[in-house]
Amino acid sequence: MELQDYHSLLDDPDSRKLETYSYLAEMDAGAIRKQIQAMLDKGWEVAIEHVEPERSNKTYWYMWKLPFFGEWNLDTIMNEITACRNAYAGHHIKVIGYDGKNQTQGMAMVVHRA
Amino acid sequence: MTKKSNISGKYEAGVKEYRETYWEPDYEPKDTDLLACFKVTPQPGIAKEEVAAAVAAESSTGTWTTVWTDLLTDLDYYKGRAYKIEDVPGDDESYYAFIAYPIDLFEEGSIVNVLTSLVGNVFGFKALRSLRLEDVRFPLHYVMTCGGPPNGITVERDRLNKYGRPLLGCTIKPKLGLSAKNYGRAVYECLRGGLDFTKDDENINSQPFMRWRNRFECVMEAVDQAEAETGERKGHYLNVTAGTVEEMYKRAEFAKELGSRIIMHDFFTAGFTANTSLANWCRDNGMLLHIHRAMHAVVDRHPKHGIHFRVLTKCLRLSGGDHLHSGTVVGKLEGDREATLGWVDLMRESFVPENRARGLFFDQDFGTMPGVMPVASGGIHVWHMPALVGIFGDNACFQFGGGTLGHPWGNAAGAAANRVAVEACVQARNEGVEVEKNGRDVLTKAAKHSPELAAAMETWKEIKFEFDTVDKLDVAS
Repeated sequence: MELQDYHSLLDDPDSRKLETYSYLAEMDAGAIRKQIQAMLDKGWEVAIEHVEPERSNKTYWYMWKLPFFGEWNLDTIMNEITACRNAYAGHHIKVIGYDGKNQTQGMAMVVHRA
Repeated sequence: MTKKSNISGKYEAGVKEYRETYWEPDYEPKDTDLLACFKVTPQPGIAKEEVAAAVAAESSTGTWTTVWTDLLTDLDYYKGRAYKIEDVPGDDESYYAFIAYPIDLFEEGSIVNVLTSLVGNVFGFKALRSLRLEDVRFPLHYVMTCGGPPNGITVERDRLNKYGRPLLGCTIKPKLGLSAKNYGRAVYECLRGGLDFTKDDENINSQPFMRWRNRFECVMEAVDQAEAETGERKGHYLNVTAGTVEEMYKRAEFAKELGSRIIMHDFFTAGFTANTSLANWCRDNGMLLHIHRAMHAVVDRHPKHGIHFRVLTKCLRLSGGDHLHSGTVVGKLEGDREATLGWVDLMRESFVPENRARGLFFDQDFGTMPGVMPVASGGIHVWHMPALVGIFGDNACFQFGGGTLGHPWGNAAGAAANRVAVEACVQARNEGVEVEKNGRDVLTKAAKHSPELAAAMETWKEIKFEFDTVDKLDVAS
């Protein structure tokens, strides 16, 4: 195979990565649903966060409403993602699975890149 | 009937059989006792009970003869007791001796003191051909006197903002001989390509070709640049292992001054005193602590002599460290799968039950002590990723040295290949795919979007490390 350059630049916003799954091809809605279902299957509480792209490396993003405690309906959560996108065009959007038993986020994945 | 040395009322000089005092098959271990299991291989012709009792005596209160000062204390309270003997499956020359020690025999929070008793003089005892400390049950009462990991897995994830996947690292090679500036280049390329961490090799300290201060400065400039470029949090394990603790602290302070998130220490060559002190420093200074284990195989590899790695693992967790090398199961270094899973549990879990199929002889309760992140490192590459994700799950750090730096397009591409591979395996696993069985499909599919992964798969498609394990678990066949 021919030697290739690894493209990554400070002034290219696309070079900014967003942690888990940000090195894979963008997921379609079906693939995102499977990942959120996996969080629900583990009993994790799902939450949505969003942020301006230039602040994406900060610890705290804006919370969309509250975590959806006790919400096991995947469609409801997908609709909330859409609602968040509509309200905050131009923001990155992340879905989090809160693993309360272990006091950590069991998963955090960006589902919409601005 | 057992004659007790301090209640007979009279002092009788001379030599007694150990079993008279130190073999108590009816003893019920207390919750507060420290329990040990030794694999004993005696000289021929000595009764099992006598040898087990001798091990108990020589690792606790006993000496070879009666002394009058024995009568000034309650030796029956302070002595260690051999309370059980078990056969070793498939081995007719060795057996397991279980010994209970009262908690009073050990200084609080001192792994040094525990080891000085348990694996001290007794290992040179003439009646033994060989002796191996297989496992130790630290009572929770003792665990609570130890500092443990300065941060632990949960806090590490929060500091790094990384969730739901294993972390990725790489040891910079060649391990010796690079200048600081060229070394920093290798770090920068790995981190900008997508790794979370890079690592000093264990024998990089402060040699003439690259003094520590110069290395720290170049590496941290590389880390900062890679963070700015990728927007992700990154670290390099700056090795602060040094010839003196004063020098160790000096290097740790400078790493903190430069803004490093993590430093590194070799706990076994430097010793538990230095390690516990450094762990305390890390706790006080918000620094993650990566622990390397050079010299461990000298004491833990022989199946009949030394200290099993599961004991070293427990000792390190109590002494303090946020990462510890665990072996890979699949790479170039020794490690049986079930035994590895046993000590990986001991690193990460709060309570680990007895499980002989994993070589665990006791229940071990760590209470609220944070967990240690196992680090799988040594001879691994992208083809191993599905197995690694299957074996270790998310709470582990996979370190690809040659498997990053050896990529035909360089470190950044090698790093990206590993990052794509790990994320693809995690995604597939969460979708319900058995990644260990379907690894080839998972990687092939991901490589369609990643020429870096495709090139890595092509480069290492023939490399395997399939040798039999030297130290196998003793299980009946």
